[in-house]
Amino acid sequence: MGRNILVIEDEPNISEAIGFILSRDGWRVATHANGVDAADAVRSRRPDLVILDVMLPGRSGYDILKELRADAGTADLPVLMLTARGQAKDREMAATAGASRFMTKPFSNAEVLEAVRDLVRE
Amino acid sequence: MASLNLLIGVCLVYVAVLFAVAFAAERLAVRGNSHWLGSPLIYTLSLSIYCTAWTFYGAVGYAARSGLEYLTIYIGPSLVMVGWLWGVRKMVRIGRSQRITSIADLLSSRYGKSNLLAIFVTVLAVIGTTPYIALQLQSVTLSFAAFAATDPSVAMPDDSNLTALWVAAGLAFFTVLFGTRNLDANERHHGVVTAIALEAVVKLVALLAVGIFVVWGVGGGVAETMARIDASSLGHWEMASGRWSGLIFLSAAAFLCLPRMFQVLVVENDDESHLRTAVWAFPGYLMLMSLFVMPIAVTGLAMLPEGSNPDLFVLTVPLAEGRTGLAMLSFLGGFSSATSMVIVASIALSTMVSNHVVMPIWLRINGTGAMVSGDVRHVVMLARRLSIVGVLLLGYLYYRVSGGGTALAAIGLISFSGVAQILPALLGGLFWRGATRLGALCGLAVGFALWLWCLFLPSFGADVIVPARVLAEGPFGLAGLRPQALFGIEGIDPLVHGVLWSMLFNACTFFAVSTFTFPSPMERLQGAQFVNVFAHSNTPRGWQGGVAQSEDLMIMSQRILGAGQAQALFRNAAQQQGLPGYLPEPTAEFLQLLEREMSGSVGAATAHAMVSQIVGGASVSVEDLMAVADETAQMMEYSSQLEAKSDELIRTARQLRAANEKLTQLSVQKDAFLSQISHELRTPMTSIRAFSEILRDTDGLTVEERGRYSSIIHDEAIRLTRLLDDLLDLSVLENGQVSLNIRQGRLDEVLDRAVAAVLQGGGIALRRDRAAEAILLETDIDRLSQVFINLIANARKYCDAAQPSLTIAVRQRDRVVTVDFIDNGSGIASDAQEVIFEKFSRIGEGKAGGAGLGLAICREIMTRLYGTVAYLPGQGGAAFRVTLPARALMAAQ
Amino acid sequence: MAETKGTVFLERRSYRQRRLADLARALPVVGLLLMLIPLLWTQGAEDGTRTSRAIYWIFGVWAVLVCASGLLARGAERDEAAGPQPTRRESGGPPGRPGP
Repeated sequence: MGRNILVIEDEPNISEAIGFILSRDGWRVATHANGVDAADAVRSRRPDLVILDVMLPGRSGYDILKELRADAGTADLPVLMLTARGQAKDREMAATAGASRFMTKPFSNAEVLEAVRDLVRE
Repeated sequence: MASLNLLIGVCLVYVAVLFAVAFAAERLAVRGNSHWLGSPLIYTLSLSIYCTAWTFYGAVGYAARSGLEYLTIYIGPSLVMVGWLWGVRKMVRIGRSQRITSIADLLSSRYGKSNLLAIFVTVLAVIGTTPYIALQLQSVTLSFAAFAATDPSVAMPDDSNLTALWVAAGLAFFTVLFGTRNLDANERHHGVVTAIALEAVVKLVALLAVGIFVVWGVGGGVAETMARIDASSLGHWEMASGRWSGLIFLSAAAFLCLPRMFQVLVVENDDESHLRTAVWAFPGYLMLMSLFVMPIAVTGLAMLPEGSNPDLFVLTVPLAEGRTGLAMLSFLGGFSSATSMVIVASIALSTMVSNHVVMPIWLRINGTGAMVSGDVRHVVMLARRLSIVGVLLLGYLYYRVSGGGTALAAIGLISFSGVAQILPALLGGLFWRGATRLGALCGLAVGFALWLWCLFLPSFGADVIVPARVLAEGPFGLAGLRPQALFGIEGIDPLVHGVLWSMLFNACTFFAVSTFTFPSPMERLQGAQFVNVFAHSNTPRGWQGGVAQSEDLMIMSQRILGAGQAQALFRNAAQQQGLPGYLPEPTAEFLQLLEREMSGSVGAATAHAMVSQIVGGASVSVEDLMAVADETAQMMEYSSQLEAKSDELIRTARQLRAANEKLTQLSVQKDAFLSQISHELRTPMTSIRAFSEILRDTDGLTVEERGRYSSIIHDEAIRLTRLLDDLLDLSVLENGQVSLNIRQGRLDEVLDRAVAAVLQGGGIALRRDRAAEAILLETDIDRLSQVFINLIANARKYCDAAQPSLTIAVRQRDRVVTVDFIDNGSGIASDAQEVIFEKFSRIGEGKAGGAGLGLAICREIMTRLYGTVAYLPGQGGAAFRVTLPARALMAAQ
Repeated sequence: MAETKGTVFLERRSYRQRRLADLARALPVVGLLLMLIPLLWTQGAEDGTRTSRAIYWIFGVWAVLVCASGLLARGAERDEAAGPQPTRRESGGPPGRPGP
């Protein structure tokens, strides 16, 4: 109960790393690698938390997030956004789109774990 | 004794020499070694096609029948050339500045680029020239038969038609071979002209040799010969004054209007200053040609039996004296006269027929004129070749039908008076701004009709076409319409009668209709341009640029001029406007240039129609009309300067706007790039950091896991390095600090390597022409293959066709090698074509790929290798052209 | 001083060139008239002018025409080649600028 995480990330190495760290911590991790049907994947898997990359093939992470927030079923779902662009502008866009938390790549593994635990506890 | 076999042998050798000379001249011209080919002497000699077999054989016959009257035929042109400042100079200048291809093209261009007029003149020219060609065939056949008659070992060739057919076929072959080498009728036919110059020398030498033999060998000196002339039946001056002056006028008119004379006088003119030599040398040539005609005629009449054909005296007098060698030279002279006329006439006629009749019809049948699919050059070429064969066939058929009889002998003057009908429209067009298209058409029609009725149809003799009763009593008994006594005025010489009435009505109709009709704006512009050609020899105005799509124009002109020439033209124009790439601004200037270049290939009317189809209707502006309304040249000059200035302002503003847009675009791109580069750097770093922390902090990893995670770290580190390498490469190239590794290599091998590097797994079908690729290069092979790899990889990545294919086309021209990479995808939008070579630019978001440095690196590399790489618009898909200059090139093998 | 001299010289040159062009224009007219003169001679098979005389006249006029137009074209050409006028196009053009 409450231990399912969906990682939406197109770089296989990064999603593997995140998957490894989180599963060592006892989470069940699923991954999804493209932007087009990411929102559908969230709805069908009903995870407790989504880790969402901003630059995805097919569709931007912001757009996916907006769609999730507009949907009553996923409006309150905690979403951790990851981006490889570290500019303030990107952080603002994530906030307006409704991200629960925002992290810039590269991140430390401990940070990710901490953020995930915080978000689910809330 | 004269041996027919020897004659045939000599004749064949002579023909072989002509082919060799023409071929050598073409080769010299191709190598740019055409200095002496373009000498004024060659030009003058080429004018001598005025002297056809009708001169060589016919003049003596003419003199034997009518005394000194034959001189009129040569006095007229001599006066025209001596008075070159009046008309000939203007015609040549206009022909050169407007890239005129024929006399029909000249009239069409002058009268508002009207194709109807061109067709009319073409038909007139064909009708007027065909009998003349038949006459040439007849002369060769007759002279051949005259020779054969003296050879006892051979029976008379039973079929003289066969000789004529052989001659016609040979001439068609020669003309097609050397007359249609290049499409641009405005380019000089060096081979043909040089061969004709040689023939001119041969015929002059031959006639002079016979003359000298007759005067000093037979006659015993000048004084004796003159005495003999005075004592003969031709000894006293008997001249109908109407014929004397009428024929001088007629020959002068024909000299200006004959299609073949226009061809050598104007179209083949290499340099206007050559006229300075021709103006005295050509009358001199004509004088020498006429000099011995009278002595030969009188000697022939005295020496040969009654009833001998005086048209063959030039041949039969030496034969009768047993001078076989001299007779053979004379035969070659006549042969030269006939062949050179037929060659030039058929080139001139074929240009007219293909440009004004065949091409317009073909373009109409094949839908919209400008956007025809495929290269139409071969169509033009084919049309021209078929026209040549057709013209000669027509001449041969005429010869067959007319039976080669004496009716042909009279045809020379009939033919002259036919083409002379062009004169009023021609002179009016050159000197009178008020001449209109309708006036020219009506004048021509009236003149042509009268010529047909009074001269051409009766020339076949009574009862052949015109019944004898009509000739004597007029059609339907209307005596006022008798062909040789119009309006009941009898007693005039039939020829003078026909010329007088047809020219008079032609000119009057022309002036009257011109006065009472209104010219179209285009006619007014062209009229001003022609009449005032010396005041402003630049270009006719007309096109208003700005709305035309340069790319469409390029597609069209590639079809007409060929890809290479069109691209060079566009590139030069773009460079002159200070623009990169192949697409210049469609300024009025550029459009005129383009139109004129194309008119050299397909004629003014067709070229104009094609350009207007793309540019749109508005070809004449209010300013132009105002300028036309003003009669003074100064005002025209002034207003054209004003217009040029305002055009320049508009253009400058457009260029500034473009520069500004480009800057904005670049700045946006720079931001996007920083963001991009951040992404490209951070992504591998994320993996490296995450896995190194895992390796550091996690206990109990299996050996496999350890190995796998370390190799991920390793791969990502390499990815980072590669990105940094690219950036570094670019900055080194840009700063010019790169050291090149110049060595030799074969182009096909470089391409093989590049293809192998990119297309291991297939992904795109490849089309190559290995034969064209066998070129030895001396350049930095590795850098070059880096460029090729990039272009091929781009095609594989971005080509969006269902069945992607990539064509690699290699061409070598003027010691420059071009390598085109053309795929069948949707290409690159024209607004993006500018920026793809900028650093950091990628088309579209989210496509897999590098950091957008590939093409920027390619461009830098090619600059270092003294070549270029550019986007080639209008090829159907995305197309890139790599150009390697001469210094990176070595002759293969 | 030298410059003034040069200008005068050049103007004279171009003046002469224009007069040469005038002569060249008149030449064919004169030639035509001379060629039409035989029409005034007496005609006829018996008492007409003898053909040899006609030949001498016509070819004489012709030769003179050839020589005269040759000399005029040569003269104009030499003038142009010597003068600073770069324009080969217009013999009757405006006077050239003074040379350096």
